[in-house]
Amino acid sequence: MSSAAPAEIQSVAEEQDGLIGIARARWEAIKSGDVGSLPVIIGIIAITLFFTSKNSLFFSAINFQNLIGQAAGVIVIAIGVVFVLLIGEIDLSIGYASAVAGVVVTELQVPASGHQYPGLVAIALALLTGAVIGLVQGSIIALIGVPSFVVTLAGLLICQGIVLKVLGFQGTLGIQDKQINDVSNYVLTKNTGWIVAIVFTVILAAAGFGSYFSRRRAGLPTGSLILTVIRVAFFGGLAFLAVHVCNKAQPNPGVPLVGLITLFLVVLGAYVASRTTFGRHVYAVGGNAEAARRGGINVKLIRILVFMISGTMAAMGGIILASRLNGINLDAGGGTLLLDSISAAVIGGVSLFGGRGRVSAALAGGLIIGMIANGIDLVGYTDAVKLITTGLILLAAVTLDTVARRRQAAAGR
Amino acid sequence: MQALLDVDFEVRNGEVMALVGDNGAGKSTLIKCVAGIYSIDEGEILFKGEHVAIHGPKDAAKLGIEVVYQDLALADNLDVVQNMFLGRELHDFLFRLREAPMEQKTSEVLKSLAVTTIRSVRQPVATLSGGQRQSVAVARAVLWNNRVVFLDEPTAALGVAQTKQVLDLVRRLAEQGLAVVLVSHNLVDIFQVADRITVLRLGRNVGVYEKAKTNEQEIVEAITFGAPAPEEVVA
Repeated sequence: MSSAAPAEIQSVAEEQDGLIGIARARWEAIKSGDVGSLPVIIGIIAITLFFTSKNSLFFSAINFQNLIGQAAGVIVIAIGVVFVLLIGEIDLSIGYASAVAGVVVTELQVPASGHQYPGLVAIALALLTGAVIGLVQGSIIALIGVPSFVVTLAGLLICQGIVLKVLGFQGTLGIQDKQINDVSNYVLTKNTGWIVAIVFTVILAAAGFGSYFSRRRAGLPTGSLILTVIRVAFFGGLAFLAVHVCNKAQPNPGVPLVGLITLFLVVLGAYVASRTTFGRHVYAVGGNAEAARRGGINVKLIRILVFMISGTMAAMGGIILASRLNGINLDAGGGTLLLDSISAAVIGGVSLFGGRGRVSAALAGGLIIGMIANGIDLVGYTDAVKLITTGLILLAAVTLDTVARRRQAAAGR
Repeated sequence: MQALLDVDFEVRNGEVMALVGDNGAGKSTLIKCVAGIYSIDEGEILFKGEHVAIHGPKDAAKLGIEVVYQDLALADNLDVVQNMFLGRELHDFLFRLREAPMEQKTSEVLKSLAVTTIRSVRQPVATLSGGQRQSVAVARAVLWNNRVVFLDEPTAALGVAQTKQVLDLVRRLAEQGLAVVLVSHNLVDIFQVADRITVLRLGRNVGVYEKAKTNEQEIVEAITFGAPAPEEVVA
């Protein structure tokens, strides 16, 4: 009992000390290696300050609106990457798998082609294509045991080949369908934007306070109510601020629909990962696959499902990117898309070794990468600077993660 | 490959049965057969006097047979509660996790086993000491109201104080009415907690010994050279 008592006293003390106590506990946690989302927040502020000082347009409503559209594709693809990294695997096919989905959605809306479908049907079929790509790769990885690196490398080549094969003829294909073009180009009305912010904040509050009061009812340690209030107020406030800024953007004021889609997918992914049995099993497989198997978890099924999520999210990203360009060309899926998506997850704090990280990392890391690309374009630096900067930030993120993990392990023992 | 031949093994409620033998004697294989990791080619498993078929870990778990493996089978990245319920999480009809009852149950079980050194059940297992990790693994067996618990070398990697902590825990399991099987190389540990000792050698039974009527010398001989005269064996 002797060693249990101090912990209890400590947690009581934390609750009584209010804000100062919370700040102190947080500082202790940071010192012992649990840095949380602090580096990302500092990173976003630093990037904003830097680029704004170089070009005041960076911190403008129109550029914020623009940034959402630019970053959405990478963020959505990165959601799938988070799940794959959580089980300790890698998916290199996401870039060109997204391009294949872009080709599918584009082809299926070509007027008078004999295979023209309504936009939403084309989108659904493109998503299905991504799921099937994931199913095939995941099955080879999980059932036969071929390393994911090789399977998805082959998938990368095959998908690139498919894109070349279909587009090689004309090289580019436009999208006329309104529904598909709306994905990246529609802007919500001002009032719809406010409703979105309200709904988001209510969901946030319901999740935060719901878990606080259910724990209290069960007589469990609850953490601090003030901290929950602060968290809800902070992220809810961010949502309202984002809507406010978007509603000021000229000439086309309002929150881009693609921003809402991205936010929805991040929240959905975060919910699945942290609150469902499937999500728990994903973490278990990434942490110790043998333990998971002995616990009765169907490890192979989890692996296949995760690659299907990755393929579907890549497809959604591909649709967003195609919609943004109002068409698809031979550049789709190439360039830095693959590495940007993986970097986004890693910069956001997802471990490459499995089992550690959150889905919100996709949003945070994707935003950082998007902001750098956006800012460097605005200031007029070259692509060389963009690549070197992104590389350095990736390196810093992984190094920080490694150091933090070591401190955490040392603090525990 | 044949690992076990003509092996008889039994354990009763409320006793600690030690299972000993040299490397390759078949201890781990025997456990894995009962746990459903390997399927048996021949022979039968009786549980509460009835024939049962065990085809996978789930079958074993359903009967109330739990194995605490040498390598612990804990996921380092998950916390104590998450590990205790690994693969058997409580959830509602939408597969949403029910965290509160899982955490309550975990705290209760740890308390009932007098495991007091773990500061918070929401601590990742990676931050626990070897003895604490072993305690979590053992407590998991109790959590599921198991009737039979196999402990595979639970003290192999532990220091003196932590070994005592775990052996006390083993004793408490038996006192709670469970049938405990302790696999170990360490005869000192075994003579401290076991009621009876089964010796395996080269995949065969050597015999079952009552602790009160034997000594380390006799067990070492049984492990190394096999069975003495049959009448000395207590059935």
